Amino acid sequence: MTTALETRPAATGPTAPPGRRALALRPGTWLTWAVLAFFFVNLAGVITTVLVNSFSRSWFDSWLPHGWTSTWYSHAWHKFSLGQVLTTTIEVTLLVVVISLALAVPASYALARRSFPGKKLVTTLFVLPILVPPIAYGIPLATVLYKIHLAGTITGVVVANLVPSIPFVVFTMTPFIEQIDPRIEAAARMCGASTWTVLTRILSPLLLPGMLAAGILVLVRTFGMFELTFLTSGPTSQTLIVSLFSAVNSAGIRAPQSVDAMAVIYTGSMAVLLLIALRFVNPTQLVARASD
Amino acid sequence: MRKASQLGELRLSGVSRAYGGHLALHPLDLTIRGGEFVALLGPSGCGKTTALNCLAGLLPLTSGEITMDGRRVDTLAPEKRGFGMVFQNYALFPHLTVRANVAFGLKMRRVSKAETRRRVDDVLDLVRLREHAHKHPGQLSGGQQQRVSIARAIVMEPPLVLMDEPLSNLDAALRLSMRSEIRRIHQEFGLTTIYVTHDQEEALSLADRLVVLHAGQVSQIGTPAELYEHPADAHVAAFMGYRNLLTLDLTAVEAAEAVAEGRGLKVRGTVVGGVRPRPGDTATVAIRPEDLRVAEGDEQPIAEATAEIVEYHGRVLHVEAVTAHGDRLHLRSAGTVRPGDALRVAVDAERALVFTDADTAALDDAPTAGGVS
Amino acid sequence: MTVSAVARPAATKLALRHRLAERGVDRTLLLILPGALAVLALFCYPFLYGLQLSFQPTKGGFLGAYRAFFSDPFARKSIWSTFSLAIPASLINVGASVPISYRMRREFRGKRLLLAVLVVPITLGTVLTAEGILEFYGPAGWFNRTLHWLGLADSPVHLTMNYTGVLLSLIISGFPFSYLLTHSYLSGIHPSLEKAAATLGAGWWQRFRYVTFPLLLPGLMTTFCLSFVMAFAVFPSALMVGDPDGKTHVISIEVYQAALERFDYVQGCADAMIMTALMLAVLAALTGLRARLYSGATGGKG
Repeated sequence: MTTALETRPAATGPTAPPGRRALALRPGTWLTWAVLAFFFVNLAGVITTVLVNSFSRSWFDSWLPHGWTSTWYSHAWHKFSLGQVLTTTIEVTLLVVVISLALAVPASYALARRSFPGKKLVTTLFVLPILVPPIAYGIPLATVLYKIHLAGTITGVVVANLVPSIPFVVFTMTPFIEQIDPRIEAAARMCGASTWTVLTRILSPLLLPGMLAAGILVLVRTFGMFELTFLTSGPTSQTLIVSLFSAVNSAGIRAPQSVDAMAVIYTGSMAVLLLIALRFVNPTQLVARASD
Repeated sequence: MRKASQLGELRLSGVSRAYGGHLALHPLDLTIRGGEFVALLGPSGCGKTTALNCLAGLLPLTSGEITMDGRRVDTLAPEKRGFGMVFQNYALFPHLTVRANVAFGLKMRRVSKAETRRRVDDVLDLVRLREHAHKHPGQLSGGQQQRVSIARAIVMEPPLVLMDEPLSNLDAALRLSMRSEIRRIHQEFGLTTIYVTHDQEEALSLADRLVVLHAGQVSQIGTPAELYEHPADAHVAAFMGYRNLLTLDLTAVEAAEAVAEGRGLKVRGTVVGGVRPRPGDTATVAIRPEDLRVAEGDEQPIAEATAEIVEYHGRVLHVEAVTAHGDRLHLRSAGTVRPGDALRVAVDAERALVFTDADTAALDDAPTAGGVS
Repeated sequence: MTVSAVARPAATKLALRHRLAERGVDRTLLLILPGALAVLALFCYPFLYGLQLSFQPTKGGFLGAYRAFFSDPFARKSIWSTFSLAIPASLINVGASVPISYRMRREFRGKRLLLAVLVVPITLGTVLTAEGILEFYGPAGWFNRTLHWLGLADSPVHLTMNYTGVLLSLIISGFPFSYLLTHSYLSGIHPSLEKAAATLGAGWWQRFRYVTFPLLLPGLMTTFCLSFVMAFAVFPSALMVGDPDGKTHVISIEVYQAALERFDYVQGCADAMIMTALMLAVLAALTGLRARLYSGATGGKG
């Protein structure tokens, strides 16, 4: 009875009265919405506070700041040399995306298509970097990078960020590959296509959406990856999120507004990336990763 | 327009395939002549698709060899064999248009643009899809997709076309019309076709010759009429519509006929197979429902049974009756029968086939016994 | 028969390659190599290097660094701090996700937008969330002002620079994650199953309790595992909105301080190994529990 009511589109045409009655009968539904609304209000509060503060002249003990200004942005831009930081960030993320796709897509193809002795072991190898906390492997990794003089360089940061990105691409790509019928490849071979042609003319176009999705997800995650970049970067190889953290935690007097201005720049870039990402992928794909 | 076949003769000798220790296809010998339509028929898991994939080169052989007009082809990669293949789920390239799908093979062989265009148009006319050439496979119905798949397989005028249950994803009405379409294309294009199916009706109506497989072994090779009239063993009989399979004991054997009895049944039938049975052997008696009837007058019945299920099928009724010992008999009746009626059931001796189990057992021991064409 | 006898020598010749191919070992597997080698070189090698480094402390012998961790009450307590944050946070996140995603199974207008908004905190990253929490939940922030205005609190409630602040940050960034995962598992259960249960006379609670929940449980366990992984590794927010020298001195801070503030890499590596071992132990226990549940087809996509 209730299922029948639930599956009906609410409040359209003649089905509206039962739909509305079902809502009215259910305190649970209202509670659910209330919890979710409370969450969203808080989330909006957290973000808006930062945004408002970044435009405020000064803000103490009042609902809204006393006066508005946008000078904190140019202040932050110069004080934290954001131009250089942004360049580094873009450089690092793009390199990580390209390299991890190149290394991981072939691997995920083989893992999706073949079952072989030791497959569980290989899968575990790829799952571990996702499960082990970045701090826990970041410290030994940073130690090794110091030893081979890569710590503090952009190369070092890229190398460190590849560790979680490669497995991430492997597991994001697997369902995309599994949904391509192997018989399509067989059909191409029967038409006279060599392995290389199957790869370039059949698989690549069919896998393009998946590679795009995986690439954008890696982009977003590398952009927001704090721990690994923090442990392996030096003054010239910081990404935006690390310099944001340093700005917050740096000793001495800091203007919270200029830190917030930087945070808004960070959020803004992230929002742009996110909007692009959501054009290509389902929101649930952003999180459904190593769900075995 | 009937073109000449591209192929003289395709010969499979001792072709087998094993998975681990399990022989999915016992050594198979088969010679196919150019222009022939051969169906591989059997229940699922009988090895027919394995055989087809071995032939296509998608699975390596465990042993044996395949020669085409004296040239060995089993060592070639699938793309080098030049066969056409139609897949059960069509396996069309979803990102290419119908035209590009069909032209794919020609492109791989670097056929000129003008020539490609001409040949693709010809084939699309043949499968009546010319006006859909610009569409993507997702925009077509199942039957249309299957025709694209056939067009893609035949556009290169391959010496051999392999079809893997091409009609099993279609609904009943479409299957009938596609069946005649396939036969028409086979003839018009002068193809040599190997067709895998589990549907005996499809195989009988399409093929020049049938290969019946059971558990990876050949049960019988022959023309539709040969198989229909003279099934070599009980497996083939079961496949050819002999729904009544009764395991009974032989009580008398005389010339070509034998009498089998048991559980209140007594059947006089025709002995099939080379091995001459002796009284006391166990035998399987196979009778088609359409040959089993309600006894008339003082005719000797094979059993008395109670009608249980009566289905109306136009001119005749399909009746399922149960004997006192629980054997189920399927028969046809032109007269009125109601559930619960007591029936005396009869059959002509030449319509009841007696297979001795020794015969079937012998077949199991000798994988290639029926495999010489 | 004769044919197969003749063919046998040929069969033994290609036997090895053939037998390997049968088990799935062929040249396609070479495609795994680049990715696997990269993970071996960039993850396994440094990890093992760290492991052997952790056994070479300057004093205390072979297990000195580990003994140092467990004999220091402050360090030892970081384990407790970590679990006391990670377990409640994962329980709250997963616990809230179930009823909310269950209510929101059906399609409604704006659902995609809602899901998209939920992604925001995931991408905000922990640093920005922490910064926002400091200002929003701070003594002079909007949250306390609202409480005061509503008459719910006389003096500002302390929500930051303590345990609550870190918990809040774990919920803000962790809840959307659990919700989206639970949502995708739930939409993998075909609605016809519940309809079938309804036609058999099951009320909504019975349908949830006996049909949906058992099918969802393996997915929930996975969700819990992944939420736990995230909460267990909590780092920047524990520093920024927590009380890093007291209640929220979590194990990742201990690792960080040993390695990068005291520059004792041996101790840092040892602490990292302890952290990994704890984490894997919890995951192994949860996975073991999950393996005992039904995990087959759920009649839907995915």
